[in-house]
Amino acid sequence: MEAKIRTRMGDGWAAEMTASEIKADLEDGTQAAAKRAKLPVLGDDELGHLLDIFSSRSRFTGVDVGDEVVLSCDGSGNADIGDRVAEMFLSERHHGADMVELWHIDYSYKAIKTIVTYEAQFMKNVQMAVTVPCNYGAMPDLGRYSQPDGPIANWSELMPQGRIEEARAAQVAAIDPLVADIVHVAEAMHQAGADGMDFDTAGAAGDADFLATLTAIRRIRDKYPDMGAAMGMAGELTLGMHGQLEFEGTRLAGLWPREQMKVAEKAGVTIFGPAVHVNTTRSVAWNVARAITLVKPCCDEATIPIHMNVGMGVGAVPMTPYPPVDAVSRASRALVDILRLDGL
Amino acid sequence: MRTAGDLVARMQLTRGMRLKPAKAYVAEKLGVAVGDLSDPIVMHDVRAELGLGRIAVQELTYPDHPGAMEAKFRIAELLDVPINCVARFRERAGLPAT
Repeated sequence: MEAKIRTRMGDGWAAEMTASEIKADLEDGTQAAAKRAKLPVLGDDELGHLLDIFSSRSRFTGVDVGDEVVLSCDGSGNADIGDRVAEMFLSERHHGADMVELWHIDYSYKAIKTIVTYEAQFMKNVQMAVTVPCNYGAMPDLGRYSQPDGPIANWSELMPQGRIEEARAAQVAAIDPLVADIVHVAEAMHQAGADGMDFDTAGAAGDADFLATLTAIRRIRDKYPDMGAAMGMAGELTLGMHGQLEFEGTRLAGLWPREQMKVAEKAGVTIFGPAVHVNTTRSVAWNVARAITLVKPCCDEATIPIHMNVGMGVGAVPMTPYPPVDAVSRASRALVDILRLDGL
Repeated sequence: MRTAGDLVARMQLTRGMRLKPAKAYVAEKLGVAVGDLSDPIVMHDVRAELGLGRIAVQELTYPDHPGAMEAKFRIAELLDVPINCVARFRERAGLPAT
């Protein structure tokens, strides 16, 4: 009778599986991704390495010496120290961050625009205190421009009514104000000394959200060629909420990580972060195999660094506010080993 | 900062360099082997010699060594990479441009 191995599910709860069951999950995960995105499955050697990682009884695992990657932390800190400069300082010195991000709890460029002078002052204060690169980050969050939060008709309400053309027009109308707000914040942050900008969950509201982010990044990078631009995606597939929008000839609806990365490179992104959602009813091993299959072509063809989003609910890390370190370390190591990521 | 992660990160963020070339570039500029970049014992001395900033640990403090903004001036020069806050500081402090 096969021995049971303690492992985790995508919701973080512990589970016991045999090595054969873990192997079956790995195979099923890669096949699910391959079928969905029309990609090759992982090879036997890759699956064998993943099985070794997930069959281990260690509390913690890590990459081999020499394979260390850069740790960039969007939303650095935990917002519970009581001093935002101290949060960045602690992230740099006590949490091992190689790159930090100053952020506000109302993590949306539309909100930040209204308080940008205060945020810029904090950025200046942080730059005086830390040595590591510090970006300013928020979410593009196109939905904020729709009613009741914004002035534009709510496309999420128009679509179920069958008012598709109006819904499309509303999304397009929201793009320019979002771009303007992002660029406005970036200009202020550049003056404050920021090393770069981060755009978290790009594409969360679909292809129009993604287009606005790409357009803004292009404008920022044209104006400030030395300013970094990190972009983390909202998911593995860009939703076609509009369906017909293009960035420089590439339709954005339906893009998977490799194609998302290619338009990001075109726009001037300097660090790209693919995101793959976690299925909470499947094992972490299943989720890892699926995530690797989806992101592998992206890493193989990228000319810019790839910092995969690996955290609560993405990149195979369990969807829980307190992801267990045994799961986090296994997922992180698996992703770095197979994908040859440039960072996490 | 215990090793060279922040230095490699700068080459990624500002120059869009992938990990392997970024590590090779930083190692060459620091005069160390690539493998030394992740060794905190080696990097503690290297960062001290080159004034790149170190982490204070209780009684091990470095108030008379470059840190934060001072270290970033050194990093920008050593890695030949623009650091925005260094340029802003130089400009606003009335320091001569390099």
